[in-house]
Amino acid sequence: MNGFVENLPLLSVVTFTPLLGVLLLLTIRADDPEIVARNSRWVTLWVTLGTFLASLLIWTNFDSSTADFQFVEKAAWFPQFGIDYHMGVDGISMLFVILSTFLMPICVLASWDAIKTRVREYMIAFLVLETMMVGMFCALDMVLFYVFFEGVLIPMFLIIGVWGGARRVYAAFKFFLYTLTGSVLLLIAILAMYFVAGTTDIPTLMATEFPFQMQFWLWLGLFASFAVKVPMWPVHTWLPDAHVEAPTAGSVILAGVLLKMGAYGFLRFSIPMLPLASEYFTPLVYGLSIVAVIYTSLVALAQEDMKKLIAYSSVAHMGFVTVGIFAATQQAVQGAIYQMLSHGVVSGALFLCVGVVYDRLHTREIGRYGGLVHNMPKYAFVFMLMMMGSVGLPGTSGFVGEFLILTGVFQVNTWVALLTATGVILGATYMLYLYRRVIYGELVKEDLKGMLDLSRREIIIFAPLCVVVMWMGVYPMSFLVVMEASVTKLVTDYHAALDAQTVASGLVDGVRMALGR
Amino acid sequence: MTALPNLTPAYAEIFLALAGMALLMVGVFRKKDPVRGVTMLAILAFAVAAVLALATNGAETVTFNGLFVVNEFTAFAKMLILLGASLAMLLALPWAKNEGIARYEMPVIMVFAVLGMMMMVSANNLISLYVGLELQSLALYVLAAFNRGNLKATEAGVKYFVLGALASGLLLYGSSLVYGFSGTTSFAGLADALTGAQDNVGVIIGVVFVICGFAFKISAVPFHMWTPDVYEGSPTPVTAFFSVAPKIAALSLFLRILVGPFEDLIVQWQQVLTVICVASMLWGAVAAIAQNNIKRLMAYSSIGHVGYALIGLVAGTQEGARGMIYYMLIYLFMNVGTFAVILSMRVKDRYVESIDDLSGISKTNPAIALALTVLMFSMAGIPPLAGFFGKYFVFAAAVNAGLIPLAVIGVLSSVVGAFYYLRLIKIMYFDESAETFDRPDFSTSLVMGVCAVAVVVFIFLPEPLLAGADAAAAALFQS
Repeated sequence: MNGFVENLPLLSVVTFTPLLGVLLLLTIRADDPEIVARNSRWVTLWVTLGTFLASLLIWTNFDSSTADFQFVEKAAWFPQFGIDYHMGVDGISMLFVILSTFLMPICVLASWDAIKTRVREYMIAFLVLETMMVGMFCALDMVLFYVFFEGVLIPMFLIIGVWGGARRVYAAFKFFLYTLTGSVLLLIAILAMYFVAGTTDIPTLMATEFPFQMQFWLWLGLFASFAVKVPMWPVHTWLPDAHVEAPTAGSVILAGVLLKMGAYGFLRFSIPMLPLASEYFTPLVYGLSIVAVIYTSLVALAQEDMKKLIAYSSVAHMGFVTVGIFAATQQAVQGAIYQMLSHGVVSGALFLCVGVVYDRLHTREIGRYGGLVHNMPKYAFVFMLMMMGSVGLPGTSGFVGEFLILTGVFQVNTWVALLTATGVILGATYMLYLYRRVIYGELVKEDLKGMLDLSRREIIIFAPLCVVVMWMGVYPMSFLVVMEASVTKLVTDYHAALDAQTVASGLVDGVRMALGR
Repeated sequence: MTALPNLTPAYAEIFLALAGMALLMVGVFRKKDPVRGVTMLAILAFAVAAVLALATNGAETVTFNGLFVVNEFTAFAKMLILLGASLAMLLALPWAKNEGIARYEMPVIMVFAVLGMMMMVSANNLISLYVGLELQSLALYVLAAFNRGNLKATEAGVKYFVLGALASGLLLYGSSLVYGFSGTTSFAGLADALTGAQDNVGVIIGVVFVICGFAFKISAVPFHMWTPDVYEGSPTPVTAFFSVAPKIAALSLFLRILVGPFEDLIVQWQQVLTVICVASMLWGAVAAIAQNNIKRLMAYSSIGHVGYALIGLVAGTQEGARGMIYYMLIYLFMNVGTFAVILSMRVKDRYVESIDDLSGISKTNPAIALALTVLMFSMAGIPPLAGFFGKYFVFAAAVNAGLIPLAVIGVLSSVVGAFYYLRLIKIMYFDESAETFDRPDFSTSLVMGVCAVAVVVFIFLPEPLLAGADAAAAALFQS
């Protein structure tokens, strides 16, 4: 068995199995659209489950003791340009692959009844999306990375635009054009790196030292792209629109995986390849992140739309992540990755919670609900668990990430840690406020009284999410151990590069003094 | 007595000229349905010409006293032209039948236009360049007005003729200045004469005129005004032909002449081309937003694409030339495919051209909608489709040549351009459906399918396609 797995190009299998699913879906032939829809749902569910199981093989065969890239595959693609099909994962990226494949079957189940029109096309869009997401986390060539990174736009644009809410066209265009504008600057940065290093191979580029002046501009190019994706304040405005208009499963993927792509970009490119510029711009990142944490938390407090509230809370939580990444201590970076994973599960689950009541009442307005605990106790429990996870209550996944980030940041900059920590309090405020208005109170509204509790399908959706949230809260070591070696290498290399620079400039100063200038 | 010149390199052109005349005879003397036969024979002639052109492939050969040259670059450009022309001809066949103007002259004139383009691409002298250019231009003027009962078509023909003649005049005037100040019209001679001629004002003015003439032919801003009207007025298959074959021919010749004889004046022509390139990209992106006729939209889109292709030329390096060749190759498939879609926009036996006619066709004609979506995302340059790689390689060349501001303008205008491509997708997928299109003809569907699939699978197999382009670019920079 083991020998078989070792010989399998596991990353390619996981990346492209969904595409095979697309081919399967295209072969469905039936005159009755109902039959096509039903077959599409089942085929997609099995394909995504299969992909998830295959991705678990990556985890079980993963060697946590090394920071090197594993499961590496390399084949010539554009040899004239030094562009290879180069795949591999390390401790930083591996868990994101699992996260993507884990959320996918859940999304399919969540769309089971909610999507009634053009089901086949919908499922195709999701499968293509999965290929792009997994490929992006596995790519070890910048062009390959960019192809997957940008390719996400196509299915997501269609998902929001075709199956979205009332203002879906506006939201889809805003999402597409915002992200594309940022990404093309990333493309220029990639080209400039290629020009200097003669390759777009990520491990090689990590070992390349760029002069500071160049790092400065490259960093800004990368930042333009990743900051939009994260999203950081003030380029976050596409996110609430996209979330509100997207169908539930679209929001889950958007919050669960797509937002992680920006932060992953910082970890994979900005910090290791451009350490000097990263250090130079750290105050900028701190500033924007603190604004994001405090300002968007306050904005979230004022929202009347449930999805919008959770969307703004995502911006705030991602503010934690960016602070953690740029603090660049072992704890902070591990905390940032942990927070991303936790947020991927928790915010995805929260959007699913919104979806549950939206499917029943077709409104997301908070004021229309109240007192749901009386007739939907199971729902109230799940919502509470996820709400606690979002707030960061000890025992849930959110706590570990936030705690590690704040501990790590505190060692570097007390003020930043202090200001970021206010986000924990504000987060509790708006989430508890949301929960009180939706779940507690008297059950007075007539149409609410008829609402049924979670169905079997919905319980199947939420059960794995609840388990993961508690597992991550109670025994974080199973996740932290995976990333430890890679993060250690990242942080050590980063500080080594900074020290080398200090030594060099110190030498220059010394020589200048000796010469009496 | 002078010996007969070496005819071998020109077999393809000679064959095509003879084939054109023979086809004319076939058309005249064949009683029943000559159009279909002549079209099929013309496509066959293109195939034979392609084989002949490929057979000359290899080392650079000059013949006819230095007037005519073949090398790997000319062979590759001719392949593209012949491919584009064949696909356009496949599109013209059902169109002519549906519109009831089935005339066998159309394929014959297209054969002569292609002959002119092949002559152009192989020109090795300002005189032979002009002869080839005029042969294709005159044929194209006729094609533009081919639907002569239609007011718009005749208007398009006249407009194209007047402005095209002006452009030819500019080109000729520029050539005469170059000749006057350097004393030769042969490319090889010019390359020698212009070494160190950076301060020769007469030559520089001549070169600028030549560039203006070419800019007309490739419809680059600010010489693009004829394009939207001619695109809109001409019969759609002719527009499809216009948007690929003559553009590829003119761009190839442009590339050859600027990095060949005028190589030493790179500092001078680079400035002019940078302006043209930036203006084309920006105006192509911005002006297309307001269009409601899909053919006019495609006109502005092609203006923008010419801008991107020119980035490779502005870079002036072998890498840039390679990027430009890739771009032309990919552009050919995207554009012909899109015109195949336009030609399948038929409601109740009538061709429609407004983009609102596409409303909601994702429900009524999912295959057409899917094909156009793929093509539009590709035109917008979104990976993993082929259009992205076209842009990637020209931008890479620009960055490597130190033209980072140009590349930044390019990518930003591609974002603006993405808006109107997305608008088409939005209309097809997000809007409610209006009318169902008639079932497209077989050859139209075939062209559409081939192009859309080519755009999608390019990412998996770039090697065989690009190997030819690499050899072509290398041939250009051999000397």
